[in-house]
Amino acid sequence: MDAVDGPLLSIRDLDVGFRTDQGTALAVRGASFEVHAGETVAVVGESGSGKSTTAAAVVGLLAPNGSVTGGQIHFQGIDLLRAGRAGIARVRGKEIGLVPQDPMSNLNPVVRVGRQIAETLEDNGVVRGPAARRRAVELLDEAGLPDAAARAHQYPHELSGGMRQRVLIAMGLACRPRLLIADEPTSALDVTVQRTILDHLDTLTADLGTAVLLITHDLGLAAERADRVVVMYRGEVVEQGPALDLLRSPRHEYTRRLSAAAPSLASARLTPARPSPPRDAPDTPDNIVEVDGVTKVFRLRGPGLLGRGRDLTAVDDVSFTIPRGTTVALVGESGSGKSTVARMVLDLLTPTAGEIRFNGRAVSGARRDRAAEVRFRKQVQPVFQDPYSSLDPLYSVHRTIEEPLRAHRLGSPDRRRERVEELMDAVALPLDLLRRYPGELSGGQRQRVAIARALAVDPDLVVCDEAVSALDVIVQSQILHLLADLQQRWGLSYLFITHDLAVVRQIADEVCVVQGGRVVESGPVDQVFEAPREGYTRALLDAIPGRSLDLGARSG
Amino acid sequence: MTTETHALGPHDPLPARPGPDPEAGASIWRLAARRLRRNPGALVGATIIVLFVLVALLAPVLAPYDGQALPGRAQIRPTYIPGPSADHLLGLDRFGGDLLSKLIWGARASLTIGVLSTLLGLAGGLLLGVLAGAFGGWVDMATMRLVDLVLSVPSLLLAVSIAAVIGQSPRAVVIAIGAVQVPVFARLLRGTMLAQRGQEYVLAARSLGLTRRTVTMSHVLPNSLGPVIVQATLMLATAVIEAAALSFLGLGGGSPTTAEWGRMLTVAQNELEVAPRLALWPGACIAVTALGFTLFGEALREALDPKTRTR
Amino acid sequence: MLRLVLQRLALLVPTLLGLSVLLFLWVRALPGGPATALLGERATPAEVARVNALYGFDRPLPEQYLTWLGQLLQGNFGVSTRTGTPVLQEFWLRFPATIELTLMALLFAVGVGIPLGYLAARHQGRALDHVTVGVSLLGVTIPVFFLAFLLKWVFAVQLGLLPSAGRLSSSMIATHPTNFYVLDGLLTREWDAAWDALQHLVLPAVALGSIPLAIIARITRASVIEVQNADYVRTARAKGLRPSRLRRRVVLRNAMLPVATTIGLQVGLLLSGAVLTETVFAFNGIGSFLATAIFSLDYAVLQGFILFIAVIYALANLAVDVSYGLIDPRMRAR
Repeated sequence: MDAVDGPLLSIRDLDVGFRTDQGTALAVRGASFEVHAGETVAVVGESGSGKSTTAAAVVGLLAPNGSVTGGQIHFQGIDLLRAGRAGIARVRGKEIGLVPQDPMSNLNPVVRVGRQIAETLEDNGVVRGPAARRRAVELLDEAGLPDAAARAHQYPHELSGGMRQRVLIAMGLACRPRLLIADEPTSALDVTVQRTILDHLDTLTADLGTAVLLITHDLGLAAERADRVVVMYRGEVVEQGPALDLLRSPRHEYTRRLSAAAPSLASARLTPARPSPPRDAPDTPDNIVEVDGVTKVFRLRGPGLLGRGRDLTAVDDVSFTIPRGTTVALVGESGSGKSTVARMVLDLLTPTAGEIRFNGRAVSGARRDRAAEVRFRKQVQPVFQDPYSSLDPLYSVHRTIEEPLRAHRLGSPDRRRERVEELMDAVALPLDLLRRYPGELSGGQRQRVAIARALAVDPDLVVCDEAVSALDVIVQSQILHLLADLQQRWGLSYLFITHDLAVVRQIADEVCVVQGGRVVESGPVDQVFEAPREGYTRALLDAIPGRSLDLGARSG
Repeated sequence: MTTETHALGPHDPLPARPGPDPEAGASIWRLAARRLRRNPGALVGATIIVLFVLVALLAPVLAPYDGQALPGRAQIRPTYIPGPSADHLLGLDRFGGDLLSKLIWGARASLTIGVLSTLLGLAGGLLLGVLAGAFGGWVDMATMRLVDLVLSVPSLLLAVSIAAVIGQSPRAVVIAIGAVQVPVFARLLRGTMLAQRGQEYVLAARSLGLTRRTVTMSHVLPNSLGPVIVQATLMLATAVIEAAALSFLGLGGGSPTTAEWGRMLTVAQNELEVAPRLALWPGACIAVTALGFTLFGEALREALDPKTRTR
Repeated sequence: MLRLVLQRLALLVPTLLGLSVLLFLWVRALPGGPATALLGERATPAEVARVNALYGFDRPLPEQYLTWLGQLLQGNFGVSTRTGTPVLQEFWLRFPATIELTLMALLFAVGVGIPLGYLAARHQGRALDHVTVGVSLLGVTIPVFFLAFLLKWVFAVQLGLLPSAGRLSSSMIATHPTNFYVLDGLLTREWDAAWDALQHLVLPAVALGSIPLAIIARITRASVIEVQNADYVRTARAKGLRPSRLRRRVVLRNAMLPVATTIGLQVGLLLSGAVLTETVFAFNGIGSFLATAIFSLDYAVLQGFILFIAVIYALANLAVDVSYGLIDPRMRAR
C-alpha cells in the first residue's frame, strides 16, 4: 500500500470480540471502510451497532475484555494491529486525535484544563514548559472557548458542558493530528450548543485539513456533516457511500428504516389527530387542561448549616391549554423548567402561584380531598423518560400493569387478567413477556410496559415526560407511532415534554417553546415550524441536524 | 423479534435477535441466587456458615463433654497442661476442661450472641430508618442527628461503655453490640430509601393515586432492602468479633471456665508460653466464622450490585 | 478552604454538646443513680444522701448538667473514683502513649496498605493481586487481640526478637519531658532509650495497624481499578500521555480520593483497637486505663474518655476533609 496516495485510514474485515461469561461475543464483524486525507466520514448506527467499538479499535483503546480477532487497520500505510503497544502509543494524540462523547466524564477532574492540554503537547514532544502553557491557551481560544487565558486556570467542574467539549476538541487537535475521531461529540449537549460546536469543529478541521471520523447515531447529522456515510448494524457495515446518495436512495433495508425513523428528517405529523367533536356550543373550546399563570419557586438550601437559602424560579408565569384529544408539546433545553410543569400537571408538585385546571376543576386542591384525588389520578397518567428507572425492578410485567387496576379496585382477578392481556396487545407486546421482569426487557419494551401501565385505568390525559428521549431512533419511532395510534383509537390527550423539536413535529398539534421557565413562543406546530417569531425558536429549529438537506421526494 | 415490531411501526421486520433467554422470568432475587451459586467465594462462605451453625445446633450431640465440665482436672500442673490425646482430641485447658468440647459449646455461645445482636441492631435500624425515610421532615432530621451523634464515637468503645453499664453478662453484650449497629442500619436504609424515592417508578406509583404508605411499603422499602441484607451479613462477622472482644475484656460475665471463644482467649493469654494452642484454636474459630460471613456478604453484594445486573 | 475548616469546627460544637447531654443522662439513668455507682451496692441510705448532697446529685437535672458542663469547659473532668487522681491528669500521663501507638499503627497501615493495593490493582488477576485480596480478607476477619497474641507468641516468645510488653525495658532509665517516649529519647539525646521505646512499639503497632492496613489496601485496589476504567483515563491515553504521567497525575491522584475518606474512618477503629492491643501488650496507655475503668465503673473516666475520643475522631475526619480538598478541587469551592 502506498503511504502517500492510499487512504489515510483503511479498515479491512475487522472483527472485534468481547469475552463475557457466556463466551466471546463479536461486537464488530468484517467491517471495512476507508478514510482519505482531509475527508469527513460518518459511521452511523444505533447503540450496540459496533460503531464506537470500531473507533476504539483504531486507537487500540478497547475495553480490557475486548480484542481485535481478525482483519487489518492501516493508518498511513502502517499496520496498527502489528505496530505493538509502543507503535500505537506513538500514533495516539500525535497522528490520531480523539474527541470523546461525554464532556462530563472525559476530563481529569483534579487537573486544570490548560495544564491538561499542555501535558498533551509535552508528552507528544510538540513544545514544553511555558511555551506549552502559552500554546494551550491559543488552542483553547481556537476551539472557541471564550476568555481562554482565564479558563485555562480553571478546573473541569467549573466549566459548562459546552465549554468542556471545547476543551476536549482543543485537546484532540492539540498536536495537529491527521485524523480526528469524534465519537458522538455533542450527544450529551443541548441542541443549540450542539450546533455551534459542530460548526466550529467543521471549520477547524477544514482549515487544518484534518480528516474526521465522525461516530453518530443521527443519520441527519451524519448526512449534513460528512462527505461519506458508513451505516453499521449489529456489528456489520451494511451500506456506505456519499452522504446524499445514501439518503436519497438507500439500498439496504436497514438504512431505509433508519432514514424513515430519523425524526430530524421527518416533515409531518405521524397521524393527524382527529379534531374532537364539539360537545358544547362551538364557541367555548373544550380544553382538558388549562394551565393558568403558573409559577414554581424552589427554595435551594444555602451552603453550610446557617447559609442563607436561595430562591430558584423554575417555572415563571406559564399558561397554555390542551384541547381535548390533541397533543401539546412543551419543548425546551435542560433546565428550562419543562419537567417541572409536567410534574405540576400530574399534581406531584404544587404550583407556588397560578392554577392548573383539569376538566375545569383545580388540580392542586384535589390533594386535600382523598376521593377527588383518586378520581384525578385515574384520569391523568404519566410515562417517564428513563426506561431503566420507570418500572419497579421487583415487579413482573404482569404485576406492573395490573397494579393500577388493583389500586383502583377495578374488576375481579379474572377480569383484571383479561384487561392486562388487552393492554399488552394494545402496546404490541407478546403475552409471554408477562412473567418477565424489567431487567430482562429492552428499552423499547420497557417503555411499552410503562405505556400499558399508564393506560390501564383508561385515563383521559397522558403526560409523557421525555418518554422517547432515551431510545434508539428506530425504537423511538415505533413508540411514537404507538402513541399516535393509541391517541386516534382511544381519543387520548397528550402533554408531551421533550428537548427535541424534531420529535415535536412528529407527534404534536401545538407546541410551547420554553426557555428559562417562560413560554417564549407557542402555536400550532406547522405555524411555529414554518414561521417562527422568536430568535430562540429559530435557533432551536436550525439546530435540528439535517434540516438543511434537500432530499427531494421521500417515501417512508 | 416479535417484540419490537408493531403494526403501525416501520414495516419490514428486522432479522431475529438471539433465541429466547434461558433466564427469562427471574426476579432480581432469583438472579442473585443464580449468581451466588456460580461464585466460589459465596460457596466457601456458605459452607463455613452452615458448618458452624450445625456445630452450634448439635453441640450437645457432638461435644464429648459438657461445656462447663472439667474432666481432666487431676492432670493439670502449674507448668504442664496435657496436649492432644485419644481422650481429649485437642488436649485440655488450664482448668482441665476438654478444649474440643469447649470450642463446640463456644460456637453455640458466640453465634447466638452474634446473631441475636445483629437481629437487634437490624430491627432497631429498620425502625429508625423507615421512620426517617418515610416521614422525612423533622422526624428525619431528629433521627439522623441522633444517629450522627452515636456514630461520633467509635463503635467498639461505645459497645464497651454500654455493656459496662448494663452489667457483665451475655445479655449485656447482645444489647451493647446490637445498639451500636442501630445507627449503621438506620443511616443505610434511609439513604437507599431516599435514593429510591427519586426513581421514576415511585413517581409513577404516586401518580396511580396510591397512598404514601402503600408506595413506601410496596415499592420503596422492598427495593431498599438489598444493601441492608448485605450489610447485615457483613455485620454478623463484625458482631462475632466484637462479642469476642467484649468478653475478652471480661464483659461477657460467667466464670473463667465459661465455654465462649473470647473468654477462652482471655484465659489463654497467660498460658502463651505453656500451651499456645489454647489461644490458637478459639482465635482461629472466631476468624474463620467471621471469614465465612464476610465472604458470603461480599458475594451477596456483588450478586445484587446493579452494575453487574444484566440490563 | 479555611471556610470549610471553620464550618466543620463549628459543626463540632453541637455534636459535642449533644454527646455531653447523652453522657450526662447515661450516668444518671443508672439503677440506683450515680451515688450507688460511687459507693457500691451495699451503701446505706445515709451515705447515699451524703454523697448526693456532696456532688449535687439532689439538684434539678438541668442545673446539674450546667454545673457539670461548666466544670468540663474549665478542664475539670472530675476525679477518678478508683485512683483518686483528677481524670485530666491521668489523661496527660497516658495519652501520649496511645497517640504514639496509634500514629505508628496508622503509618504502618498507610505505608504498606496503599502501595500494596496499588500494585495489586496494576497486576489485577495475577499472583500479587490474589495474595493482596487474601491478606486483606484475613485482615478484616482476624480479631485484633488475637493477632496481637499471634505476633507476641511468634516474635517475642518464640523468636525473642522484640519485647513482649510495656513501653520501655525496665532496665532503661530515661527522662520523659513529653511522655512520648520515642520523642523524649530524641529530645534528650538518649538514643538507646529512643531505640528501646521504638522496639516496644513495633509489635503493638503492627497488630493494631493490620486491620486498617487490610481495609486501606482493599479500598486502594478497588479505587485504582475503577479509575483505570474511567472515561478520562481512556481519553488521557488517547491523547498520547506518557505512561508515567498517566499513572501519577491521572490514576493515582483520582484514586486517592476514596482512600483519604477510608483513612479517616480508620481512626475510630484504631482508637477502639488500642484498648485491646494495649491490654495484650501491657502497654500503659489510655486504652488499658479504660479497660480497668470499665470494671470499677469509673464514670468520670469513662465520660471524659468518650468525649475525648469524640473530639479526636472529629478532628481526624476534619483533617481528612482538608486533605480531600487538597486533592480534589471540586471540594474546595464549597
